[in-house]
Parts: sequence; structure tokens; C-alpha cells
Amino acid sequence: MYDSTEAQQARREWLGLLSRAPIELLEAWGAGRAQEYVWLKRPESGLAMVRARIGATGDRFNVGEMTLTRCALRMAGGQHGVAYVQGRSARRAELAAIADALLQDPNERDALERDLLQPLRARIAASRAARANESHLTKVEFLTVSRGDE
Amino acid sequence: MYVAVKGGERAIENSHLLVSEARRGDPSIAEISVAQIEQQLRLAVDRVMTEGSVYDRELAALAIKQAAGDTVEAIFLLRAYRATLPRFGYTEAIDTLKMQLRRRISATFKDLPGGQVLGPTYDYTQRLLDFSLAVASAECGEPQTNPPPPTSPEQEFADVMALLGAEGLIEAQPPSEGDPVPADLTRVPMTFPASRAERLQNLARGDEGYLLAMAYSTQRGYANNHPFAGEIRFGSVEVEIIPEELGFPIVIGELEITECQMVNQFAGSKTVPPQFTRGYGLAFGHSERKAMAMALVDRALRAEELGEAVVAPAQMQEFVLSHSDNLESSGFVQHLKLPHYVDFQSELALLRQMRASQSAQSESSI
Repeated sequence: MYDSTEAQQARREWLGLLSRAPIELLEAWGAGRAQEYVWLKRPESGLAMVRARIGATGDRFNVGEMTLTRCALRMAGGQHGVAYVQGRSARRAELAAIADALLQDPNERDALERDLLQPLRARIAASRAARANESHLTKVEFLTVSRGDE
Repeated sequence: MYVAVKGGERAIENSHLLVSEARRGDPSIAEISVAQIEQQLRLAVDRVMTEGSVYDRELAALAIKQAAGDTVEAIFLLRAYRATLPRFGYTEAIDTLKMQLRRRISATFKDLPGGQVLGPTYDYTQRLLDFSLAVASAECGEPQTNPPPPTSPEQEFADVMALLGAEGLIEAQPPSEGDPVPADLTRVPMTFPASRAERLQNLARGDEGYLLAMAYSTQRGYANNHPFAGEIRFGSVEVEIIPEELGFPIVIGELEITECQMVNQFAGSKTVPPQFTRGYGLAFGHSERKAMAMALVDRALRAEELGEAVVAPAQMQEFVLSHSDNLESSGFVQHLKLPHYVDFQSELALLRQMRASQSAQSESSI
């Protein structure tokens, strides 16, 4: 169903956005929406072992774990939604999985794009820009001073 | 050896109550919230996440609150909670070269593409107690502008290791053939000699104070590696996993992380011209002292691999890695508080016997 690379890319992008969606934003979107679905896998919190590379580019090693919550569901319309989100909020995972399922429905896609994905992208971009600006304010030019005795 | 004892239930219950009271302190003072700890004691949170080996700011803050600020106890609490959670799998290796940087400095190059970005650091503070913090303040000052502002938020930060690598002046660090899956110490206990990947996993969760002392010992001449802080980065990285049912990688969140690339004294051989060697440190959150200490110890532990004589404690794998975990060390030291009554009685009896026989001997010799 998602074998086409383009569809996969799109889903990859929105799953990544949904994983970072703050609960308030998801709740605001999900408010008053009566969604019918059945659980395929109820929300469960657990751990993923984070890997990095020695010296940034070398062999992999295990740094430590992070908390993660996952779930899977099937909408009345038949689409399967999954969520893998950082942290331990079952509700965040649930809303993210509903959004994932609906995003696969061509009739729902545009509305979700507008109501959820756009604000999420804007939010992430704004926070990145704010961080970058903040850091830029502390950018320095060090000058080496020649010592008097040299 | 300690022995099991019975009794004392009421005393223990009452002690628990006293712990809660002592933690709360004066009830006329507002109670501290987990969110406040998470926001305002961020470096304590980062340390507990790093050594507790679980990235979850809220859990770490809760542990700090419960432990009344005792970080080693908080690390214990977080590790204990971790043991109750299922493991879903492993992430893809994070790419620290794609870190969104909040701080990046190099002590080896003054001018480098992307520049030196101080970020939030205590380095240039004068370490004078700031009494203005003693009264709750509303605002911090606005930073002065630093023209020109970046045109794009994504700046290009040169990778210092790559700069040196381009000339072949530093050892290359490509993955080994086949990109081997690293052994996981939380699954399989370490055996010696340990691979560098295992050593780094051990050091990543190792006690900061211990690693700092080990690192310091190398600087004081016990395995001097002549280090330079090639690059220190602090920022956030995206984390990806490949869920089985999807079969393609997805971002599951972002981590704040501190990385230290240490540049160390040369090594070379008949086939390899002399070049700088490297030590690596990586820690959750903003944990610069930890990452630097880790990088120094990592380099010291490479002694054998680089053909150096193993003479100092920091170079001895078994010594360094067996004593780095503060859950183990604190547990073993503090277990001395448990009842050792039987053990002690037997030693007492032995001592009395020795003294009795000694005095009997000296009497008979008179």
C-alpha cells in the first residue's frame, strides 16, 4: 500500500512531525472529533537504546536509552495508523496514530495538512530559528594576542 | 557478609515518614514542582539522565525531587524504574554532525567555518556569587545584538576532525567492515578485553566524578596523552528508528546531547605516518565536563591498541570499567550499613582468641 517511494516519503515526514507534536497541539486538533477505531496494539511505553558512532563517524556504540510510546490502530474506514513518540504519553501516541491513519485517507489529507502538519512544521522551524539566533548572539571571534616578551 | 534480619517494621515505616518530611522541608515554603526542577535545574537533570542512562527529562526531574537533590540516589531511582520498562529496540545511529548546535567551540582552531559559538556557558562567568538570584527576579536581560544576524537558521559548521582528516594529520574513523552491531552491556555482561564500543557504553553511564578524577590523573602524568579539545558540541539531534511494521526509518523525537572530540598526541608505525589520535565523549543533555572526561579516559584506554605501555590506572580497562558505575559502587560501599552481626561476631571471637593465646604465651615466657 505504501510501496511507492513518494507515499513512503510523505508518511515518513508526517510521522516524524507527529512524534514531536506537543500534546496541546494534538488535543486542540483532536478536540470534538469522534473517531471510531479499534486498537491493534494499545499504547505501551518502553525504551529504545540510542546508538551513536565512535568519533561521530566510526563504529556504532550504545549511548543509553530513551523513553518511547507506541501504538497501532485501525480506523472504521480501514486505514491503519501507528505512532512512535518520544516520552511516556499514551494520549499523545493515540492522537498521533489517529492522525497517521487519517493522513492516508485522500479525503482527509488536505484538512490534516492544514490543521496539523503546517502548524507543526511552522512550530519546529520557529524553534530552530530561535535557537539558531540565540546561538548566533554568542558567536565570537577570538584574537590571539601576542605576548610582550615574545 | 551480611545476614537477613527480621523486625523493625514500625521503625522503618516511621523512617519513611521522616524521609518525606525531611524532603519537604519547612511546609511554609512553597513546594518545588517537577516542572521547576526540569526547567531550572537542567544540568542536574542532564546528569541524572546521562548516568541513569534514560533520556526522559520528566522522570529525571521526578527522581531528583524524590531523592531530595542527591543525584547519585536519583540515578539509582531512574535505573530502577528503567528496569520495569520493556525494550522496544535500538535506534539508528544518531548523526552528531547534523546536530542543531547551541554551542560549538574548538580549542585547536581559532578560525573555522561556522565560527565559535559559546551558547549558554559558565566558562566566562567570574564565579562570583550572584546575590540578585537570592531574590526572585522577573526578567533576565535582553542579549545585545551581534550583527549581522544569520540569514538562514541552518549555518554550516565545519567538522574540525574532517579539517584535520583532509590532510591525513589525524587518524581516520570510518566504521569497521560490515558496520558491526555493538555489544550491549545491558544485555550481555562485559568481558575483558572490552571493545571500544563496549568501553564507551560503560563510560557514557559512568559516574562523572569518577571519570573526572581518572581524566585528571592522565593530565597529571599518569598516562599523559597531551590532549586538545578539538571540538565540543552541544545541541539537539533527531533520533530515528525503523519500526518492523513500516520497514523504513522515522524520526521519533529529538535529544539534546554533548559531544567532545579530543585530539591527542601522535602515534605512527612503519606503515602509518605519525598522526594525531582521538578520544571521544558523548553524554545526554548539556554535560560538558562529563563528555570531556569521557573523551580523555577513552583515549587512555586505547593504550594497548596504539602500542603504548599500560602503566597508569586510567589505561587499565579492568580497573577503570569495573569501578565506573555509581549504582554498583554506591551500592557496595553502602551495603556496609546492612547487618553484619554474625560476620562481626566471628571476627570478634577470633580476635579474643588471638589475644588470649598471645597473653597466655607471654605469661608462660616469663
